[in-house]
Amino acid sequence: MKITGAEALIKALEMESVDVMFGYPGGCILPAYDPLLKSSIRHILVRHEQGAGHMAEGYAHVTGRPGVAMVTSGPAATNLVTPLCDAYMDSIPMVAITGQVSTTAIGTDAFQECDTVGITRSITKHNELVMSAEDLPLAIRQAFHIATTGRPGPVLIDVPKDVLQNSMTWHWPTDEEVQASLPGYHPTTKGHPRMIKEAAKLMLTAQRPVLYLGGGVLKSRAAEVVREIAELLNIPVVTTLMARGAFPDSHPLCLGMPGMHGTAAAVTAMQKSDLLIALGARFDDRVTGKVSAFAQEAKIIHVDIDPAEQGKVRRPDVPIVGDCKLVSIEILKALRELLDGGEVQADIAPWRSRCSGWQEQFPLAYEPSAPGAALKPQFCLEQIRDHAPEGTILVSGVGQHQMWSSQYWHFDEPYTWVNSGGLGTMGFSVPAAIGAKVGRPDKTVWAIDGDGCFQMTAQELITASISNIPIKVGILNNSYLGMVRQWQEMFYGERYSEVDLGGGVPDFVKWAEAMGCVGIRVDSPEEVAPAIERANSINDRPVVVDFRVEEFEKVFPMVAAGASNDDIILPPSQNERREYLR
Amino acid sequence: MSTYPTPQRHHILSVLVQNKAGVLARVASLFARRGYNIFSLAVAPTEDPQFSRITIVVDVEGTTLEQIVKQLFKLIEVVRISELDPQKSVERELFMATVRTDGENRGQIVELANIFEAKVLAVGVDALTLSLEGSPEKLDDFEELLRGYGIVELQRTGRIALPKLDREAHSRAVKGKAS
Repeated sequence: MKITGAEALIKALEMESVDVMFGYPGGCILPAYDPLLKSSIRHILVRHEQGAGHMAEGYAHVTGRPGVAMVTSGPAATNLVTPLCDAYMDSIPMVAITGQVSTTAIGTDAFQECDTVGITRSITKHNELVMSAEDLPLAIRQAFHIATTGRPGPVLIDVPKDVLQNSMTWHWPTDEEVQASLPGYHPTTKGHPRMIKEAAKLMLTAQRPVLYLGGGVLKSRAAEVVREIAELLNIPVVTTLMARGAFPDSHPLCLGMPGMHGTAAAVTAMQKSDLLIALGARFDDRVTGKVSAFAQEAKIIHVDIDPAEQGKVRRPDVPIVGDCKLVSIEILKALRELLDGGEVQADIAPWRSRCSGWQEQFPLAYEPSAPGAALKPQFCLEQIRDHAPEGTILVSGVGQHQMWSSQYWHFDEPYTWVNSGGLGTMGFSVPAAIGAKVGRPDKTVWAIDGDGCFQMTAQELITASISNIPIKVGILNNSYLGMVRQWQEMFYGERYSEVDLGGGVPDFVKWAEAMGCVGIRVDSPEEVAPAIERANSINDRPVVVDFRVEEFEKVFPMVAAGASNDDIILPPSQNERREYLR
Repeated sequence: MSTYPTPQRHHILSVLVQNKAGVLARVASLFARRGYNIFSLAVAPTEDPQFSRITIVVDVEGTTLEQIVKQLFKLIEVVRISELDPQKSVERELFMATVRTDGENRGQIVELANIFEAKVLAVGVDALTLSLEGSPEKLDDFEELLRGYGIVELQRTGRIALPKLDREAHSRAVKGKAS
């Protein structure tokens, strides 16, 4: 039986178990929206295509399943560029479908034509322009296969209008056909046995080991086995911005987040370590600081599914290419065998007590606000955290509020933290939170946003209202581009250039109400808890809480860009204790 | 002076790719995006029309060859990458040049062409077009010598290369086929 390319596309998405997609129709993709009417797939109509992309990312973050976005050609495709790049940087599985002008019009500068595949080539794991209806099912199967295996990432399928309109004979490719069509794609998942043994041996002899967990631990769903490794050898753990929740913050071995705004204990433990066990982490510049001064005495075990990460920044002593979970299981086995065979782990008790000393001496700290003075953003976060129902998912934008969120939340479960790490996309939070809530409707989802970020993508709250996606948004509103303002204060001699967002405008409460949300404004500390409780009690529409916070609050600790992690800037109250960081 | 990079920086990558639209653009844009330098590039289908072979001479400066190879291999349509050791491979390049001649020196140029076993492709009133196929070094030498006469136009293909055959393996393979 013949069906149209559009019917084949929707059928292929159903075959891939897509239950929801985020999109926006338009000229060239129009044919695909017709069979959608009778499809089982829920389509969420966004207000801007960038929103569709970030929603797909948020959905993928919390479910582990690929997020799907579908938009038309030209400007819609270019609006998708930011989320695609974001997903590429953070290895988020995502499939994007874009309409394209008819095959006969390609190259003629037709209405709403753009070179989507050319534009997105370097920000997708793979992309493809499908030139015949017959090729659609295979292209979709390949897209899902590529997006979800190996190092996950976004895949874009560009579909000309006539390809959607033409008829074809349905054929759903088998696994073998998909494999055969991708002769160059065979991700290595199992680690090399000799390297695994080598790693286990090093871990037993190290005197100052640190487990350095990156986003790969979450992507491979390795949190449990990694915890077993940590507990077997009592190795202190740091969780990067992309790995928050991969190891419980409440665990005695957890030192928190490393990096530019990491805890002094996490940053210093890495600096002084003699063995970094990097699992699914990529030695990002925000973690290493000045690379030549980073963890100079440490040997490196580097487990990553992407061979190109091995040695990209720091040459590992033991490189292991493979899936983080599979490799961790093998490392755990090897460790147990060595221990059962009579090997004894080096005494790391002195190291552990040094690490806990740093934790005690240098906790995260801020000055509580004086009576009558402005609210502290950290206080608002602590209150949201303390009132949050179990399993609440926290989603943040990019900037100071993101760092405070990562610092002051207690992440005790995987997949409860969604943020834009690699690309640092302002405006990520609201649409990503909507995607997360769609993926996990059973959970409370709080988006923490800055007033700058919020103004980039707030219109998606209309999507949330209309589609019954009751997220909660807490704006830490300091009327500044806070992080830029902090850099200008610290590194540009307090010369503030274009960071003042203008105080009273917009009225966030009115704006929220206009978008069908409940809006609440909070000015003083005593209003904080009641506002959060009210927000938590509302589940029939989105809620926006406008927390008017202190303008000049800064994020600490901080390692200045390009500086050595040894030169971490502590909160002013801890400066006198600096010598204990030795 | 050789126009080729110094031996330490010069590496030949033979990249087998799926013969699909846009694959060359993928390879080229990866090099551009990551700041790697392509010195020369040649691409054509192989004996199996499903695949093409791209021969890239990489000018390695600042980035390790290892990193370039690993990033290239992340392209889904790249099937295999081998680095060809110049000692263990045969390389060829084609060169075409139109050289100015005032009539008097035409004989000298033809003589030079004969020494290098180059071909005269076209003869004009005041110019000659020559072609030469050979190792890149031989082409460099020929180009250098022609320069004195005045090169009007010059085009080189970029090199292609294959591994040198191990004679024993070759004879085994031939025997295998015969039996």
